[in-house]
Amino acid sequence: MSPRKLSKAKESESEVKAEGETASDSESRADPAPPPTSADDTPEVLNRALSNLSSRWKNWWVRGILTLAMIAFFFIIIYLGPMVLMMIVMCVQIKCFQEIITIGYNVYHSYDLPWFRTLSWYFLLCVNYFFYGETVTDYFFTLVQREEPLRILSKYHRFISFTLYLTGFCMFVLSLVKKHYRLQFYMFGWTHVTLLIVVTQSHLVIHNLFEGMIWFIVPISCVICNDIMAYMFGFFFGRTPLIKLSPKKTWEGFIGGFFATVVFGLLLSYVMSGYRCFVCPVEYSNDTNSFTVDCEPSDLFRLQEYTIPGVVQSALGWKTVQMYPFQIHSIALSTFASLIGPFGGFFASGFKRAFKIKDFANTIPGHGGIMDRFDCQYLMATFVNVYIASFIRGPNPSKLIQQFLTLRPDQQLHIFNTLKSHLTDKGMLTAYSEDE
Amino acid sequence: MLELRHRGGCPGPGGAVAPPPREGEAAGGDHETESTSDKETDIDDRYGDLDSRTDSDLPEIPPASDRTPEILKKALSGLSSRWKNWWIRGILTLTMISLFFLIIYMGSFMLMLLVLGIQVKCFHEIITIGYRVYRSYDLPWFRTLSWYFLLCVNYFFYGETVADYFATFVQREEQLQFLIRYHRFISFALYLAGFCMFVLSLVKKHYRLQFYMFAWTHVTLLITVTQSHLVIQNLFEGMIWFLVPISSVICNDITAYLFGFFLGRTPLIKLSPKKTWEGFIGGFFSTVVFGFIAAYVLSKYQYFVCPVEYRSDVNSFVTECEPSELFQLRSYTLPLFLQAVLRRETVSLYPFQIHSIALSSFASLIGPFGGFFASGFKRAFKIKDFANTIPGHGGIMDRFDCQYLMATFVHVYITSFIRGPNPSRVLQQLLVLQPEQQLNIYKTLKTHLIEKGILQPTLKV
Repeated sequence: MSPRKLSKAKESESEVKAEGETASDSESRADPAPPPTSADDTPEVLNRALSNLSSRWKNWWVRGILTLAMIAFFFIIIYLGPMVLMMIVMCVQIKCFQEIITIGYNVYHSYDLPWFRTLSWYFLLCVNYFFYGETVTDYFFTLVQREEPLRILSKYHRFISFTLYLTGFCMFVLSLVKKHYRLQFYMFGWTHVTLLIVVTQSHLVIHNLFEGMIWFIVPISCVICNDIMAYMFGFFFGRTPLIKLSPKKTWEGFIGGFFATVVFGLLLSYVMSGYRCFVCPVEYSNDTNSFTVDCEPSDLFRLQEYTIPGVVQSALGWKTVQMYPFQIHSIALSTFASLIGPFGGFFASGFKRAFKIKDFANTIPGHGGIMDRFDCQYLMATFVNVYIASFIRGPNPSKLIQQFLTLRPDQQLHIFNTLKSHLTDKGMLTAYSEDE
Repeated sequence: MLELRHRGGCPGPGGAVAPPPREGEAAGGDHETESTSDKETDIDDRYGDLDSRTDSDLPEIPPASDRTPEILKKALSGLSSRWKNWWIRGILTLTMISLFFLIIYMGSFMLMLLVLGIQVKCFHEIITIGYRVYRSYDLPWFRTLSWYFLLCVNYFFYGETVADYFATFVQREEQLQFLIRYHRFISFALYLAGFCMFVLSLVKKHYRLQFYMFAWTHVTLLITVTQSHLVIQNLFEGMIWFLVPISSVICNDITAYLFGFFLGRTPLIKLSPKKTWEGFIGGFFSTVVFGFIAAYVLSKYQYFVCPVEYRSDVNSFVTECEPSELFQLRSYTLPLFLQAVLRRETVSLYPFQIHSIALSSFASLIGPFGGFFASGFKRAFKIKDFANTIPGHGGIMDRFDCQYLMATFVHVYITSFIRGPNPSRVLQQLLVLQPEQQLNIYKTLKTHLIEKGILQPTLKV
């Protein structure tokens, strides 16, 4: 293409303005002739080790090694426990936010308006404070009640968060500069949409985590598995293109990935349901002052006999099979991961084409930015959270008690009496058990 | 509405568009609009041009047609143009205020419908501005998708509200039970359908445009729909929590204008050159006084003060209750210096009036920032008014821009300082738990109530 385009490409900081046709999607496919990257972050070690291979295989190897490195990293973090996982989620969230905001700056050439950076990070802080406060209040109820400053912070939490947000809002209004109104409003909108996408999702991930690490690990692994499987199936069998937006995706990859992911989900949940540390809700215990995952596993995680339908019986030669009920749920999760999850990837592809960037950033060599790895996870976290709230658990009992204690006495009495008649109707409560 | 004029020349055969030198451009370097002969990138680049140019390059949208009714025009034809404008504004103001009173008289249900109607109209106005800015009116999917998302979000919020407040009504109907229990899942599925439709509707040449409209829709939803639902939640708390904040904002608008008109001298903020410090401060004091008096007047009536409840026997909304302590007269000892001035030792006030001071202060100090935000928005996109719905005043958004933050503030204020959680919601959640959990909670509650002396230990039920 014209030299002017190439020179333009070199000017941008962390992104590449590719041609519209060759902008690749987030799926891991090696380009025969990759467009010039502005900064190659591959470590020197790898570069030297692979220096004699051809460019195409080198790219493959870099991607492969980094994939294994990321998966190993994932396992280590799981081993280290929920607290570290929470921090990792937080860091991933901040990095994703930074990547998207940087794209916004580059699109609008607004990097030099200093207020934006401050305000964007300030809003990120506010929203995180709000969400973490809600989480802490829910799950660390006993800890919060003990410490007086924490109790006050938690009681007026919404008001404090709102005040902080308002301050940011007023600062924004006061920072409006005459020639740059439109730009500033765009960045304001951009920041808010990014917050909506990135921060809410990450907090839903943490909520899922608190439900039990299995609710965190199985969905994420299903999405990763679907990525890899769809790629493999597409590579070996791919023929019919799937969607114009990502020309390298194929129907064969899509369907093959779907079945492979469902099977993988079943196997993985079978393996994980056996261990308490994955299955129990994360709790904060007062005595040890740390997180514990110790409990009596709920019905979901106890083996049950299922009668196989007649059709499959003759095929497998078994009458019944022992499964965890959770595995049935895992089918729903894997199905979502393989059918709807890719839409998150298409969304990100469309976004990158719209703003003419090849990758979100260059953080991971061979893979692009953090967002590139997490784009299919967008909707997964929300889905899991909604799924849990709708089908698995009810409300949090300790939170209910906490809410109950703040009601007025007559309201408390009314609720108590209603509960009593309800329990009596159900036969859970008989007259004699009143005396304790 | 007239479309924005086409700016920038069409790319010639060589393909290079050379925009005029721009001042205040933040980053130097080549612009995306230059050097393209690729047809596909052309259209996107023009929008890139639109993004990064400074505001001065955009032409102003000429004022749209005048919607003043013929009657008014004839009646005022004799006056000069300036006074005519004044009269139109005045008459419309009075009309709006009477309409407000009428709706209040008709009750909470009508108020809810009114809030819903205003929300839909505000959404429509802002979306229309987006269409005009991005000249995307012809891409038919957007209109469908925007309204679909509005429907989804409204469904989600109304479902949450209905479940909370109409617990008895809901328990009766079987289908409603199902909808309520899986409400979040259903709402999420609806939203997902819209999201997937959006992804499938991405058209090669219009990616950026479509993403912009997607974001525009979502930010608009965030602003208008969430605020309107917080308004309705406040309404259910008691109509006084709806009336006093809104009237405080309106009063602040009017009194700040009057003070500024008669005494205004020092400009307040560059963004709105007609606002003055005198108007701001004068408006603050008058609004506090007004809020104080309005709270006193309204606190007497059960109709305004009681939470709105749905009674299944009467099958309608009822506002009848024992007013809480907030709305019962109490004697307050005046601080000494006021005692000397007023020559009284104590004064009878409703505690709510103290809260009304907080509400009025917010309305007059922070509320205007919502107005400045809207002014900045209008300047950024070179529009004079959001729409032309109300003659002399502009669109619905123009009237409600200062109310943005007020509804959220009132809601946060109520949840933090006034009431605890909603009892029927707590009950509903209790009933959803597992029986063992219910039993545990029952025992905990019983111990607690006996300790507090609310429940007498009984031997037999």
